[in-house]
Amino acid sequence: MTGSGATFGAVGRSQAALPGGRAPVGQETVVIEAGAGRRWSAIASLKSQLRELWRFRELLYFFVWRDIKVRYKQTVIGAAWALLQPLCAMAIFSLIFGRFAKMPSDGVPYPVFVYAGLLPWTFLANAVSQASLSLVNQARLLTKVYFPRLFIPAATVGVGLVDFGLSFGVYVGLMLWYGHTPGISILLLPLLVVLTAMTALGCGVLLASITVVYRDFRIVVPFLVQVWLYLSPVVYPVTIIPEQYRWIMVLNPMTGIIAGFRAALLNRSPDWTALALATLLAAGILAVGVGYFRRTERRLADIA
Amino acid sequence: MGTAAICVEHVGKQYRIGVRAAARRSFGEALVHALGAPLRRLRALRGASEGGDLFWALRDVSFEVQPGEVVGVIGRNGAGKSTLLKILARITEPTTGRATLRGRLASLLEVGTGFHPELTGRENIYLNGAILGMKKAEIRRHFDQIVDFAEIGRFLDTPVKHYSSGMYVRLAFAVAAHLEPDILLVDEVLAVGDALFQQKCLGTMRDVASSGRTVLFVSHNLAAVEGLCQRALLLERGRLTFCGQVAPALQRYLSGAPAAGQPSLRERTDRSGNQRLRFTGLRFCAPAGQTDTFLTGQDFRLEMDYEAQGRLRHVSVSVPFFTLLGQSVFVTWTRVSDGDFETLPPRGTFILEIPRLPLRAGTYTVNLYCEVNGLLADWVKEAARFHVVEGDYFGSGRMPPAGHGLIVVDHRFSYEEAHALA
Repeated sequence: MTGSGATFGAVGRSQAALPGGRAPVGQETVVIEAGAGRRWSAIASLKSQLRELWRFRELLYFFVWRDIKVRYKQTVIGAAWALLQPLCAMAIFSLIFGRFAKMPSDGVPYPVFVYAGLLPWTFLANAVSQASLSLVNQARLLTKVYFPRLFIPAATVGVGLVDFGLSFGVYVGLMLWYGHTPGISILLLPLLVVLTAMTALGCGVLLASITVVYRDFRIVVPFLVQVWLYLSPVVYPVTIIPEQYRWIMVLNPMTGIIAGFRAALLNRSPDWTALALATLLAAGILAVGVGYFRRTERRLADIA
Repeated sequence: MGTAAICVEHVGKQYRIGVRAAARRSFGEALVHALGAPLRRLRALRGASEGGDLFWALRDVSFEVQPGEVVGVIGRNGAGKSTLLKILARITEPTTGRATLRGRLASLLEVGTGFHPELTGRENIYLNGAILGMKKAEIRRHFDQIVDFAEIGRFLDTPVKHYSSGMYVRLAFAVAAHLEPDILLVDEVLAVGDALFQQKCLGTMRDVASSGRTVLFVSHNLAAVEGLCQRALLLERGRLTFCGQVAPALQRYLSGAPAAGQPSLRERTDRSGNQRLRFTGLRFCAPAGQTDTFLTGQDFRLEMDYEAQGRLRHVSVSVPFFTLLGQSVFVTWTRVSDGDFETLPPRGTFILEIPRLPLRAGTYTVNLYCEVNGLLADWVKEAARFHVVEGDYFGSGRMPPAGHGLIVVDHRFSYEEAHALA
């Protein structure tokens, strides 16, 4: 199998691909061709791939729905877990870093400061760790039925998004408690959520396909996520990093995203440069992740 | 070419067979090996090492299926049937060639794919339906039918992990049965569930098949293939060796089997019994002499040579007749006809005669079975096969159409006029 591969080429309502070209109008045609997948992801097939994703879109919804349902079956407090996790993290971080270590918090109460950072971070961390295991855990599905494989890791990001919504509700309560009212910069929030989702999806699908081949990553990913936490300004503000090292921080899209979240939620003016850079990085990660995934996708059933 | 529902051109699939290192004997050894091996393993995973053997699971397969055709795929284990289906279902990619499928495609490689044990029956219907490619609206439309078909009734809202395996399979098949694809790829799904439900599944398959859908059906159940399919593909070691009518395909599949190079009856070792008597040879004889082909209605004679250790008492002989698909047609037995042999010389020949053979055209096999003093002495399965071609059984020059029954029987029709009662 070295080198020679195939992908599921054009999928859609096209007649151009037919040798005879006389299929009834509007009939779906699938061409399965050896070798087509070697082209990284040709623009021509990108369109039909997107169409395929669109055609199966309900399945993505069902996967998210399933994961949420299953997660809270036979649990006592159910969806409250989604709230408890960031709240506990907030409490511990507030105690250790806020109270004991006297970490500066940009002039807002430390719990509010750290929770604003934990919001996107928890979303990202959960989505990435779940996504990286998703293909391995559902290998059986991969070998028995066809659907866009991208949906399996993507669903975990969807689940993360639902959890994010819940913990955001907690944040609203927190803001009321501390008497913070959001300003105009709250309008940035949707963009920031999208950026977080893009980063999570990019890393998630990349790690998911790597984990299928190299099972070592089941052990490596939690560790990576842990390291990433401390490389991102979740528990500390970027300002405590010495000026000459800041550029390294900026290579991490979460730096700009978390700073953006704080700006949006705490009514500051955002750092547009950092945000622009984060956008570029998130888009880059997504492109690399999905690109790599699509290349591995065609072999998944054989190695899963 | 342009309008085939499935058009497969030179499709091949190559796998690398991993060379598995010998099992480590101790944990220590395994640990040392594991620590020292990451590089080697990285290379192996990347497929760069040439250690693995390449193996063609499927090689240069080409065929076409027209819309509405129901085609069976037969072959031994490892012949490439499932690989072919997986390629067409887009689960795995071919190494060579291309395939074109025209129409909405659904594949059923397993019953209950994606079922989640924690979810209820109701939830799984939606999930499984979506995984199989149904739209939510479609599932909702068929929901009641699915529940009816599965006969799960009041367990609809119970997690499927509490289902009996029968219920589980019924529900899974019910969802699949309500797919409405143009092309359906089915693999061995009938091999599950109890006999009654299998009948129901088969019935559903028949409905699907007769509703103008294109079906590619992989099965070991040859009777099902024969009953459902109009055409059959025979795969042998990854190659397509026959493509055409079902009967010859089955014939070829079955005759390609052990018959070739089979040892003579005397040398066969796959027999059971205490061997106080052994069947050593057999011959089929028509009135004109030895043969292996009879006409329906011809007098049939089977001669079976035997050898025994001395004179025997109380010997019972039975010869059951089977179709090539293993279906029992009838049994002949000394105990029910002439009575067992009270005494028997050490060497001789049993003779079985059937006047006016009622078998219809086809190939049949016989088993040989012998008891001495109530104990099994010799039992040889599929001892021999013989052929029957359509003959003039009724003396009318006519025979019922093929497919109507395995045998013919003497019969007579007449009528009585109804007398008006006063």
